[in-house]
Amino acid sequence: MDSVAAGGALRVQGVSLDRIRADFPLLTRTVGGKSLVYLDNAATSQKPRAVIDAVSRFYAFENANVHRAIHRLGEEATASFEAARESVRSFLGAQKKSEIIFTRGTTESINLVARSWGVANLREGDSVLISGMEHHSDIVPWQLLAAETGCALRYIPIEEDGTIDLGRLARDWDPRTRIVGIVQASNVLGTVNDVRSIAAIAHERGALVLVDGAQSAPHLRVDVGDIDCDFFAFSSHKVYGPMGMGVLYGKEALLEAMPPWMGGGEMIRSVGLQESTWNDLPWKFEAGTPNVEGAVGLAAAIGYVESLGFERIETIENELTEYALRILPATKGLRLFGSAPRRAPVFSFTMEGIHAHDLAQYLDREGIAVRAGHHCAQPLMRSLGVSATVRASLAFYNTKREIELLAQALEGAARFYA
Amino acid sequence: MSDFDELYQEIILDHYRSPRGAAVLDHIPQSMVHENPTCGDSIKLEVILAADGTIDAVRFENKGCAISTASASMLTEFVHGRTVGRARELAQGFIGALSGEGPAETLDAMGDLVAFRGVRAFPARVKCATLAWHAFLAAVGDPAS
Repeated sequence: MDSVAAGGALRVQGVSLDRIRADFPLLTRTVGGKSLVYLDNAATSQKPRAVIDAVSRFYAFENANVHRAIHRLGEEATASFEAARESVRSFLGAQKKSEIIFTRGTTESINLVARSWGVANLREGDSVLISGMEHHSDIVPWQLLAAETGCALRYIPIEEDGTIDLGRLARDWDPRTRIVGIVQASNVLGTVNDVRSIAAIAHERGALVLVDGAQSAPHLRVDVGDIDCDFFAFSSHKVYGPMGMGVLYGKEALLEAMPPWMGGGEMIRSVGLQESTWNDLPWKFEAGTPNVEGAVGLAAAIGYVESLGFERIETIENELTEYALRILPATKGLRLFGSAPRRAPVFSFTMEGIHAHDLAQYLDREGIAVRAGHHCAQPLMRSLGVSATVRASLAFYNTKREIELLAQALEGAARFYA
Repeated sequence: MSDFDELYQEIILDHYRSPRGAAVLDHIPQSMVHENPTCGDSIKLEVILAADGTIDAVRFENKGCAISTASASMLTEFVHGRTVGRARELAQGFIGALSGEGPAETLDAMGDLVAFRGVRAFPARVKCATLAWHAFLAAVGDPAS
């Protein structure tokens, strides 16, 4: 392996890091006269030229509605849309295209499961089990479901280092649990959970498993067959694709048995005056004109990520992570949250005596974009005993130099607010 | 002056480092806390009236950034000795000037509070700068709400 640390032309597995970075036009811009240092990738990733061009090309040459047109353009748009579904199937390691449902994002995907599977299957006396490190998108849909069906919502506790104790999970298992919602990579702690083992524990006890892959899909190879999860959700915009586009993977037998959750065009087979029959999977869950540009752009993003390869992505990101974990904690007054052995390049921290918003504002002055606040994970923040943290989250196009600039700016902020 | 320097003026940093009117207000129940949901900042505030009905003192207990702490601190000085009615009008003017719902020039006649004009360039921080003022309006009874 070549090293990210080597001087001169930095190459990883034969590809120059400068060339990878040059694929992302936005990274060349300045903010307030400083070069942009974009460290808010867990909020959204930047887009490679390949994605921008694919969306632009779609509107310039292929735009038509999908599935209904008896004309060439409509057929081409439909072919592109369904080819995108095939890209996603292969990206996730799913067996069938019918198991890939297009949504607006992770949030909508989880809501789909709660509204459709949840309402049809859960009753008073049943339990939904989620972890204490879930994003609000894997909490609130279950709260709404609990209020409607009378089922209980219970939490898997988080250990001191920001991990889940699998032995404890198995020991403390609530036999009323019908489904487990678990984030594969925490957007606050960076913890990568062993979702494969969690799925095994749940399945042995008769519960389903939904994996929130919003923060994992950008960083590691997902294989839904290997995890053996029942549902998997992720968002396009965090894997270098367009916003407003997402995916729900579900096992075919489950999806077949689930009722539609939104009615409209495309999801029907036949509509009568009083009742209708439903389309086949996956279209049963795709009412209305879909986000075709989003699907086309997501396919381009997947193409880009696959051409880079997760082996290379993990090599770069692991080296950046090791560097960040060496440099950042050396900053005086810095407290880093989460020390899981397996982690995504996400670093949440506070600085003694400086509020997260003041810190982020100072970093912004230096051209450094981070996130400050509760990161849509208020229950987790409460258990950490903080109301807000600053979060720096990296992608493979970030550099060690940028981590150094962050560390320098943190020192500057400490002096400024002292 | 850059937008950042305009936002974090020396007078704001001074009030942040040594806030006036800061106190421990354990007697005020948690249900009276005002919060900024986007960042989890919170403030408790009490207004003490003199026998003639003017404001004798404002005290606050908060968790917050430099902007929200300095704003609360400067509020305690600004409304001291004013009638409740006048202080309420001024608080509404301050909030309006920062939120953009009222004229920005209002700040020019508000003494040191003019330092907060820089907040208008940072829409995400307007809530920080106005949290204490909303808490103040709630404490004195805002006829508009």
